[in-house]
Amino acid sequence: MLDTALKGTQRYWGWLIFLLVLMGIGLGCYLYQFQEGLRVTGMSRDVSWGFYIAQFTYLVGVAAGGVMVVLPYYLHDYKAFGRITILGEFLAIAAVVMCLLFIFVDLGNPVRIMNVIMYPTPNSILFWDMIVLNGYLLLNVLIGWNVLSAERKGIHYPGWVKTLIYISIPWAFSIHTVTAFLYAGLPGRHFWLTAIMAARFLASAFAAGPALLLLLCLIVRRVSRFDPGEKAVRTLGGIVTYAFILNIFFLLLEVFTAFYSQIPGHMHSFVYLFAGYEGFGKLVPWMWTSVGFAILALILLIVPGTRRKDDTLAVGCAAVIISSWIDKGMGLVIGGFVPNTFDRVFEYWPTTPEILITIGVWATGFFVLTVLYKIAVSVKEEVGA
Amino acid sequence: MKGIDRREFLKIGGMAAIAGLGGKAAFEILAPGKLEAAQQIPLTKGKHWAMVVDTTKMDDALMDVCIEACHKEHNVPNLGNPKEEIKWIWKETYEHAFPGQEHEYIGERFHGMNFLLMCNHCTNPPCVRVCPTQSTWKREDGVVMMDMHRCIGCRFCMAACPYGARSFNWGDPQRVRTDEKLMPMNPGFPRNKDYPTRSKGVVEKCNFCAERLAKGDQPACVEAAAKVRKGALVFGDLADPHSEVRKVLKENYTIRRKPELGTGPNLFFIV
Repeated sequence: MLDTALKGTQRYWGWLIFLLVLMGIGLGCYLYQFQEGLRVTGMSRDVSWGFYIAQFTYLVGVAAGGVMVVLPYYLHDYKAFGRITILGEFLAIAAVVMCLLFIFVDLGNPVRIMNVIMYPTPNSILFWDMIVLNGYLLLNVLIGWNVLSAERKGIHYPGWVKTLIYISIPWAFSIHTVTAFLYAGLPGRHFWLTAIMAARFLASAFAAGPALLLLLCLIVRRVSRFDPGEKAVRTLGGIVTYAFILNIFFLLLEVFTAFYSQIPGHMHSFVYLFAGYEGFGKLVPWMWTSVGFAILALILLIVPGTRRKDDTLAVGCAAVIISSWIDKGMGLVIGGFVPNTFDRVFEYWPTTPEILITIGVWATGFFVLTVLYKIAVSVKEEVGA
Repeated sequence: MKGIDRREFLKIGGMAAIAGLGGKAAFEILAPGKLEAAQQIPLTKGKHWAMVVDTTKMDDALMDVCIEACHKEHNVPNLGNPKEEIKWIWKETYEHAFPGQEHEYIGERFHGMNFLLMCNHCTNPPCVRVCPTQSTWKREDGVVMMDMHRCIGCRFCMAACPYGARSFNWGDPQRVRTDEKLMPMNPGFPRNKDYPTRSKGVVEKCNFCAERLAKGDQPACVEAAAKVRKGALVFGDLADPHSEVRKVLKENYTIRRKPELGTGPNLFFIV
């Protein structure tokens, strides 16, 4: 089926070349970082994880979000999602590829990465994160490829694929749960030390993932002859709405616990993020931008009139993506480190090489996504679905 | 190839690799750390090493002596930049060393008073729990070790440590030998040719001078402090009821950093 990716319009090739250029710039910056060490980033001994791990955390959510179409289709036989499950699975593949790349570029000593496999450590959550992420990648590659090639041949996919599909559903939940555990189980990091972390992660994932998928469906409808279907788009809009409401609700629970208990350590990170702490407040405008987009998203998604119109629904979904990207990415990771374990403030801001490497990884993800979607859409067009 | 075709070869090779990794994983689950505990430094005869800082005998000048001795012993570079700072032992004011325990009516001598801090060599160390490569581990004698030659630089241990005791080599530490700006701050670096060098991208921290303990010596900071004032730093085996640390702990009121977290710090402060 790979051949279908090699036949495309000028616009398709232009987009791929554009992404390749961004990837090239990112690679150049990465080689510089590889040479100089992570000192070229804005991280420090106080904020030891930054933009890379923030992107990774966000994208695990996008990957897990794919299950929101797979689950209704396979467990509840919700037929409308039959047309787009492949898009959900391929989005998951691209997202996991980005996750793995972000972990890789964040390592101080990437040449030793095989040590994780050579010295398997069951007590480390990072070990399990590696297992679930790679497992999820493999599952989605096997499932997506087999289902799509069966569809192209006009036959039913083999029985063993069904087993993998059932496994992939709890597996999707596991990738984001395990990623939440990277943060939730650490002593002395009050901002992260919360039992609701995994639930929060899943809620934001099930909003952000389907929101991106919905936008991609609308794009696919515009640039190809394949129509993901009106009903699928409407249902996705509903899923995004409920998940995002839940996400905001969970966040407010955290705010209540912190401020009603009045325990300083639990309040300080929120104060730093939203109001500034001890004269430092680099992230304050960002966090309020996130709040602004969250409010916009809630209005556009909850009001039936705007949710049912493609244009306003698209804006609502974009607002969900921006809001959760700021909150889940920068806010969650940096808020855990600031103030630090000494109750001192050392701020963080990504540097230019850090941002260009990040853009490079995103471009790689979109390159993979574009090629996979091109294949999927070509097959769909071919069989006249 | 004769007898075995390429497909067969790949199959056997793949199976062997899976069996090898699987077997190793099983071994690690059943007997963690036993397979390859990269311990170049031999164990000591101690069972539970601990340190007591007598803050009534400490002052800033003496702390500087301790810091100097440690950083010399372990070739800790001065990078002249707080963002990249590497520190094994350092000074921190009371309110920041013990956040949550300060209040405005606290004894006058504690206002802005510096405390000597280092890795607590916790009884239940979170850094060891999270490390994905067993680059940091707890020895039977209570020392939390760090293998700078296995570390992949994921910095999970830094997020897990509630005491900010871990540093990261954001850049190459060796550059203090060639960088014109850094050279004057690091005369004669590396100053201890016996201590292994490290590369960029790895975490490091205080190791209670495991290499000195193995020879029966006291940690460098303790030895340096003793030359100036007796009893400011007391190091010894908590498992030994007749040790000096047990004696001073019995006779004095001591505090530890963030005891409520359950990590069991083995650094005690007489206040």
